[in-house]
Amino acid sequence: MKDINEDIAWAKINQDVLKSLENPRKLYWVIVLSALAVFSVGVGCEVYQYNVGMGVANLNNPHVWGLYIATFIFWIGMSHSGTLLSAILHLMHADWRKPIYRFAEAMTTFSLMTAGLFVMVHIGRLWQFYYSLPYPNERGLWPNFQSPLLWDAMAIFTYLSSSILFLYVGMIPDLAIARDNIHEGWRKKLYSALALGWEGTDRQWRNFRVTYLTIACFLIPLAVSVHSIVASDFAMSQQPGWHVTSFPPYFVAGALYSGCAAIITLFIILRYVFRFEEYMTLPILKKTVRLTFAISMVWTYLNAVEFASVWYSHDEASKAVLIQKATGPYAPFWWGMIFCGSVVPLVLAIKRFQTSIPVLFVVSLLLNLGMWLERWMIVAPTFSHGYYPWTWDHDQWPSLVQWGMVLGSFGWFTLLFMIFCKVFPSVSMYEVKEMVYHRKLHSKKSESQGAH
Amino acid sequence: MSVTNLLENWSQFRHFHPVDDKPHDPYKWAMSIDLDACTGCNACSVACYAENNIPVVGKERFSHGQQMHWIRIERYWDEDQNAVGGRDFPDQGAQFLPMMCQQCEAAPCETVCPVAATNHTSDGLNSQVYNRCIGSRYCSANCPFKVRYFNWYDYPSDDAWPAEMSQQLNPDVTVRGKGVMEKCTFCIQRVNEAKVKAKSEGRLVRDGEIQTACQQVCPTSAISFGNLVDTESRVHKQWEAQKVELDKDKQEKDEQEGGSKLRGYRILEELRPYPSVMYLERVRESAV
Repeated sequence: MKDINEDIAWAKINQDVLKSLENPRKLYWVIVLSALAVFSVGVGCEVYQYNVGMGVANLNNPHVWGLYIATFIFWIGMSHSGTLLSAILHLMHADWRKPIYRFAEAMTTFSLMTAGLFVMVHIGRLWQFYYSLPYPNERGLWPNFQSPLLWDAMAIFTYLSSSILFLYVGMIPDLAIARDNIHEGWRKKLYSALALGWEGTDRQWRNFRVTYLTIACFLIPLAVSVHSIVASDFAMSQQPGWHVTSFPPYFVAGALYSGCAAIITLFIILRYVFRFEEYMTLPILKKTVRLTFAISMVWTYLNAVEFASVWYSHDEASKAVLIQKATGPYAPFWWGMIFCGSVVPLVLAIKRFQTSIPVLFVVSLLLNLGMWLERWMIVAPTFSHGYYPWTWDHDQWPSLVQWGMVLGSFGWFTLLFMIFCKVFPSVSMYEVKEMVYHRKLHSKKSESQGAH
Repeated sequence: MSVTNLLENWSQFRHFHPVDDKPHDPYKWAMSIDLDACTGCNACSVACYAENNIPVVGKERFSHGQQMHWIRIERYWDEDQNAVGGRDFPDQGAQFLPMMCQQCEAAPCETVCPVAATNHTSDGLNSQVYNRCIGSRYCSANCPFKVRYFNWYDYPSDDAWPAEMSQQLNPDVTVRGKGVMEKCTFCIQRVNEAKVKAKSEGRLVRDGEIQTACQQVCPTSAISFGNLVDTESRVHKQWEAQKVELDKDKQEKDEQEGGSKLRGYRILEELRPYPSVMYLERVRESAV
């Protein structure tokens, strides 16, 4: 089965994709308004916490980190799939990525923005946030370059700015199409400005290709390093359960995993909301599912490596944390993580389910639930069973303020994503055309070969 | 840290390891706590609250674990207290351990702070700069002893010191607002006062000139505090007698087989934070 029907006319591609920019359907408004409502809950929680103090999050003195950090890692992880699809698969000439990479890239940008919010809500003095940014300043003070948190700040800013650039550059030919096909109005002005006078000349295409490839090559090591640095926040510390050498690759695998699962979720949603059935086809979904399955097994393997290395390390404290995770108060969540992260993906191995949309929708949500639990299970249990016995009898449960903000972040992400899909073409028109064109060339070639 | 630091002497900016050419010349503040003398009366904790303007958070917040006690008395019991035929109340081998910031020489909290709000001073203290702190709480996450306390609420405006009570605040100590980390300072205000006085008289601080608040109130004199560099100081003599050395992660006591007569040890030494507080083991007649 072909990835995409090769008989689609180029004009129809333009028409179909540009239609997604106009006249929102009712379903679209439902999603946007509910996202806005959920986001306002998060904003309310933050305003309350800002005014009263961090204590309302019900964090306490040994348990100084909670859901904010866990959800921060979750969103950073989510951002990796966009780079995987657009940059890594671009270099590997995997053509099936073309109709779906645009929204994956948008997902990268928006999940990074969401992750950034969690750094803000986590710190005790938000109004002094700029202290942690490395820039020459009148205070004559620099941040501490030894701290993994500072590396975080720098890595995330770099990654965010590069992925916005990548998203934008890849969109220029499409913006020109939109400019030429849309009625007068603010959109026309916006697209004209953003298309940078694109005319589709030979020289422009050549420069465009080189630029795109360069940014893609730049972005790949960046993506890997960003999540390795987030892993360093834990691996560089001395705490049992965090001080694990295999954390950076483990985090990167986890990131790609949750990102791919999120792509499946959004694929299905977009396919229905914008009627992209012809572009986001089942064979493409199937390839994404297979990729997700492969990554889930890598993640499972790395998880096993972590447990084994802790178990055989003879480090009593780390071992105690592992046992605590499996049997202590966090056990339901820890086993939930193992179930959602390692058992549920086995469904994806069954061929029948690889194209079954309802099954995939549920599975992809479960996978992401598992990955969220994973991040929480990395952060929280270490605090309740650290080196020092005084911490062992301290329990902590996140307050509704924390849960509200976690929920709010999903609203914020959905809101940004839905607005993006209405303002910018979420399927890459020019690359879908390439797919159709290439196919035609190939089929003509084989016909002529067959004749001789 | 300035740009000059960054470019020229980055490696010397922090003391990584206590074995430098000239460690802490002429002061290195250290403590020793005799657990045999400690009765667990909590006077040290109360004195610390009074001296350092620590907010009393109230019952509810305390039960949420949001307490601020810079020095806490930990209770430990013998392992067999719950066993069948175990010992009854007075003989359960109750043991107390006063725990405060260990002023580590290679402090895990210092390296991880994103804004360098916690630093090492030249006299061997682990300082906390409240104005610089942004409240990321990474220091506490990486502290093996969990002796750092975060201001979860704005206590000054939260009625921690209602009306006349605010008159009893110590004018030498900052009152901290919400969102900053704090911890035991070894009564830095007393240390600095004595240092300034000694300097104006052209001498070094004498042993016993500085008393920390906890030391001052301890009814059994379990706590001693002083300058480890000064060979005549009580702390130095205690450390020397116990053969505990600041820059080692395994002391002679641990190396002797079949139990040692030495009593001095430092908590979690094997993690190599090089703590500045030495504890003297309890001498006990009961089992364990």
